[in-house]
Amino acid sequence: MSHAATIYRLGIKELWSLARDPMMLVLIAYTFTVSIYVAATAMPETLHKAPIAIVDEDASPLSIRIATAFYPPRFNPPAMIPLDRIDTGMDAGDYTFVLDIPPDFQRDVLAGRSPAIQLNVDATRMSQAFTGSSYVQQMVLGEVNEFVQRYRASPEWPVELALRARFNPNLEQSWFGALMEIINNVTMLSVILTGAALIREREHGTIDHLLAMPVTPAEIMLSKVWSMGLVVLLAATIALVFVVQGILRVPIAGSLVLFLVAAGLHLFATTSMAIFMATLARSMPQFGMLAVLILLPLQLLSGNSTPRESMPELVQNLMLAAPTTHFVAASQAILFRGAGLAVVWPQFLTLGLIGAVLFTIALNRFRRTISQMA
Amino acid sequence: MSAGLITSAPALPVSDPPGPDAPAPVASLIDVSLRYGKVVALDDITLDIPAGRMVGLLGPDGVGKSSLLALLAGARAVQQGRVQALAGDMGSRRHRRRVCPHIAYMPQGLGRNLYPTLSVEENLQFFGRLFGHQAAERRRRIDELTRDTGLTPFLARPAGKLSGGMKQKLALCCALIHDPDLLILDEPTTGVDPLARAQFWDLIARIRTGRPGMSVIVATAYMDEAQGFDWLVAMNAGRVLATGTPAELLARTGTDSLDAAFIALLPEALQRGHRAVSIPPLVAGDQTEIAIAAKDLTKRFGDFTAVDHVNLAIRQGEIFGFIGSNGSNGCGKSTTMKMLTGLLPASEGSASLFGAPVDPKDIATRRRVGYMSQSFSLYSELTVRQNLVLHARLFQLPPATIPARVAEMIRRFGLEASVDALPDRLPLGIRQRLSLAVAMVHRPELLILDEPTSGVDPIARDSLWQLMIDLARNDQVTIFISTHFMNEAGRCDRIALMHAGRVLVTGVPAELVSQRGVDALEQAFIGYLKDAGASGAATSEDAVQAPPPVVEPAAPPKRRFPFSLGRAWSYSLRETLELQRDPMRATMALLGTAILMFVFGYGISLDVENLSYAVLDRDQTGLSRNYALNLAGSRYFIEHAPITDDADLDRRMRAGELALAIEIPQGFARDLARGHQVQIGAWVDGAMPVRAETVRGYVLGMHQGWLQDQATHRLGQDAAAGPATIATRFRYNPDVRSLPAMVPAVIPMLLLMIPAMLTALSVVREKELGSIINLYVTPVTRSEFLLGKQLPYVVLAMLNFALMTLLAVTVFGVPVKGSLLALTAGALLFVIFSTGFGLFASTFTRSQIAAMFVAMIGTIIPAVQFAGMLNPVSSLEGVGYLIGQVYPATYFLTISRGVFNKGLDFVGLEPAFWPLALAVPVILGLSILLLKKQET
Repeated sequence: MSHAATIYRLGIKELWSLARDPMMLVLIAYTFTVSIYVAATAMPETLHKAPIAIVDEDASPLSIRIATAFYPPRFNPPAMIPLDRIDTGMDAGDYTFVLDIPPDFQRDVLAGRSPAIQLNVDATRMSQAFTGSSYVQQMVLGEVNEFVQRYRASPEWPVELALRARFNPNLEQSWFGALMEIINNVTMLSVILTGAALIREREHGTIDHLLAMPVTPAEIMLSKVWSMGLVVLLAATIALVFVVQGILRVPIAGSLVLFLVAAGLHLFATTSMAIFMATLARSMPQFGMLAVLILLPLQLLSGNSTPRESMPELVQNLMLAAPTTHFVAASQAILFRGAGLAVVWPQFLTLGLIGAVLFTIALNRFRRTISQMA
Repeated sequence: MSAGLITSAPALPVSDPPGPDAPAPVASLIDVSLRYGKVVALDDITLDIPAGRMVGLLGPDGVGKSSLLALLAGARAVQQGRVQALAGDMGSRRHRRRVCPHIAYMPQGLGRNLYPTLSVEENLQFFGRLFGHQAAERRRRIDELTRDTGLTPFLARPAGKLSGGMKQKLALCCALIHDPDLLILDEPTTGVDPLARAQFWDLIARIRTGRPGMSVIVATAYMDEAQGFDWLVAMNAGRVLATGTPAELLARTGTDSLDAAFIALLPEALQRGHRAVSIPPLVAGDQTEIAIAAKDLTKRFGDFTAVDHVNLAIRQGEIFGFIGSNGSNGCGKSTTMKMLTGLLPASEGSASLFGAPVDPKDIATRRRVGYMSQSFSLYSELTVRQNLVLHARLFQLPPATIPARVAEMIRRFGLEASVDALPDRLPLGIRQRLSLAVAMVHRPELLILDEPTSGVDPIARDSLWQLMIDLARNDQVTIFISTHFMNEAGRCDRIALMHAGRVLVTGVPAELVSQRGVDALEQAFIGYLKDAGASGAATSEDAVQAPPPVVEPAAPPKRRFPFSLGRAWSYSLRETLELQRDPMRATMALLGTAILMFVFGYGISLDVENLSYAVLDRDQTGLSRNYALNLAGSRYFIEHAPITDDADLDRRMRAGELALAIEIPQGFARDLARGHQVQIGAWVDGAMPVRAETVRGYVLGMHQGWLQDQATHRLGQDAAAGPATIATRFRYNPDVRSLPAMVPAVIPMLLLMIPAMLTALSVVREKELGSIINLYVTPVTRSEFLLGKQLPYVVLAMLNFALMTLLAVTVFGVPVKGSLLALTAGALLFVIFSTGFGLFASTFTRSQIAAMFVAMIGTIIPAVQFAGMLNPVSSLEGVGYLIGQVYPATYFLTISRGVFNKGLDFVGLEPAFWPLALAVPVILGLSILLLKKQET
């Protein structure tokens, strides 16, 4: 039982150390408040103030009608440009969309000749190009249809498509942004805090001290795992309750407790990983660089910010070994889609397994290297 | 003794200035005060330092010696009062620039102004270049200096791997390379073994014979070596206690050693409580049980043997001293002690504690041993009491006894006044008492103390010794202590002299002295060192007898240019060498961008494809299957097993398995045939809004396509066409795929982030490690320093650019459609900016980790959010829009996309080049302006 007592005491010591490290406290506070707020609010809606230009070769009531259909916030007021400005304007990146309304457009429409409007899209601007172009298309056709309907009735389409988005009916970016940031921050903060806790001992020379006491490496490591894990869990809970639900008014679909269980399993894996990384790095700056090289792939390729299925197969398979992939899958299911344990248990199981493997590897390395750290 | 040891006390009247026969002072201070925040380092000092002499600044750590020397050297900015050196005001920038080639400054700390990964030769070459010597001149000087100091055999060895003594000799060579008139040495021999110390002073003496006009100012904590100086300044608590020749000081205090004289000079309040250390003799008798034994104990690190077959036997109740130099590459004392406590496994040989072999896994023996490691190593985030309680608990004292034991320790070690203070706020002497209390809290039978008195002032040292002696004699605690102070060695029952990993001799101090037939332990030690052939590693005999170094007149001063390419180049060369030898930074610099390019290229994908969908077909007719088939034909969708019922739909959507679920109602075909309105349900997973929007677009498109198909099928061609059509041209990226759009955007981001981070680190590293001092005290200017350091990173960043372009073309299949030359020119301007941004970030950060943070936050956020990577700048609002307009990443992104995707050249991209070209001088100018040429 004395093992548990030692692990507890050492963990409390870690909490004191953290409490007196202003840099880290600021980091925790920042990641779980401001950064969530920014992530939730800074992400613009997909189509926001998209720059558009129109070449009106027709100058008819219909072409003018089309031009007036574009206005903020979705589009910037359209720039009316001559034909020869299309290429230069698009090359310079001034416009994402350029509509070219051909001469005699209105006449041809009314004559039922079904004339074509050319829509130029700058396809290097992925985020606007795809959704934007179908939007522009709908709007132009809508205007034309309405215009035409004043002159002749068109047959009504018999099949309607009732398209609804589940879990986020209005597709609000802030819902996604806020929760995504929390999931990311759980990983990032746990790695940085735990790594820093070990490196701090190393830089202050206190490892020496610990080793001269009746304390085993496993106890030292476990004490850091539980204390730093607890801090992250606590911070995440506060952020979910007060920042996400309170200030941002983003609903959480599933059970908060279930999410915390997932996070707990995940933290076991990430804190172990952090200990491993801290044994590789000799100083805080080295640890920082290592963290950049390891955390960025873990986060970006986990499927949290962009869907996994659009990544190459090799990347998808490699990332199955990363705890973040499973944590992200479980968290998204719980937080966004209200999934219960019946749905997410496979992820829980995998997380537990990965955690156990990482812990064993890290502990072995920690045992081997701890004497050289002193 | 009270806790208020370092509080300032009224200064004693300072002695008379040096006599009228003394030459004009080489330096003087008038009413000089210096503060670090609230701490007063120098308190209203007025002092004339005579020229052409060897002047010693005397006092323990933290009394202001280093601050005073840094002011004289011009390394630190004058806050208050006037500092004059070499006939001019050190507060004036013009004077400092004029005299800095004539002042040499060796800061405190073993080799602190050296570059540890650079070899002896490379270090010397670097300094030679800084002072503008040509190659032949440098060769001549380096050969001469290394011959005189005996460093010639070690020219190729990295400075970090030299012994403490050799490091200091190298630092001295670096300081002397430009024939200074004023040599300022800050504790040059602290942590150096006695032989190397003797040789060091020998060397200084010979150099002074060669250059009689040179003034030397030395700070030291060793009172014994101050005996040989011409003139002394005794300092305490930021004030001058007294000045005069050693003989004068002894005469004035009526003492026979400078140690005693110093204590006598201290204000009355501080002397109170001090008593001479008294050592009751060791009652040798039945106490013959061995506490510690070592047999052929050996430790190797790679091919370096730190401890070489050490044999020891320490009896219980004995005070056993381990004597030798300290420092990182010292004589092996700390390593031996760590092996004896089981902290380090031995490579060879055996050690035993209390008769049982040392086993690192044996937790039980640890309870019998107390260990105090070199340098303070308690938890500085815990208060004094918390530290004591934590250690008591970890040693598993019965919980009920802990409060009493802690209280006893606090009383016995005189910590009452600081129970709730954090250790960092306490003076070193009290911190060391706390360390001792912590080591004693579990009543060990054996105390292992590694350099407990290093850096502690004489009074505190004596009180610490008294505590240890009480423990040994009254509590029968065996004490195994290491020290480099010879007077402390004399207090031990027995000592072992250690050098280069070997024990030279073991015995009772007095007997060792008489065996060698010398007066003092120090000379005895030097004798043993010489016997052991230690001199081979230091100064060779013929060098000692060599004539004083001939000092050739300095090269005629060259015309002064405001910017010297040579000095900047010197920094570039050095930075390149250092980078090559730091595996972590080198990897980051060379491969970091490539690794991250893969990650970002695949990670920030805006492609939405391989979407999983399933159909709940309640109709099961040919028409409903036809509708479902229409989706299955799309390259964007992958069909999953049909949905069975509502519950199945719900479960699979919640699990994230399906991005889209289609529900075709019962009677779909029948109702349609009758011309009734029918409704198909489509559920999109809205968890990721961007993906959902795209799915919605696809589904709508396909639905309309199906309707048109059906119409064509049934009603004939014409009816299908609407009143107008839209021909969409996706330009530059016809397939609307993510990679061709993202790769050219990722390149600017990575060229910004990593070079900025590495450049910022390179400057702040110098601040952290101390070599920034070379910027303060050598003729190098701020612009030479910054631009010189920037150059290797610009080259590296361009290499990275080439690598990334290659990756883009080969691995990612994104061809360069436009002018590669324009892209390269844009990249060059941009990396000069991004490395410049790193320099800028380094001017106001002090720690490497902070520099990394600032560089990352200052680059990633604007690059990703505001530079048009995901959303064009014109779509932004407010501050984001402004940042996007000003930030150069925006313009390089335009160039990168312009060349990669749009096939443009200089002509088409000209408007983007101007802001980029403008950003370079702005950021470099700001960095140079903000960088400080002195410590403040």
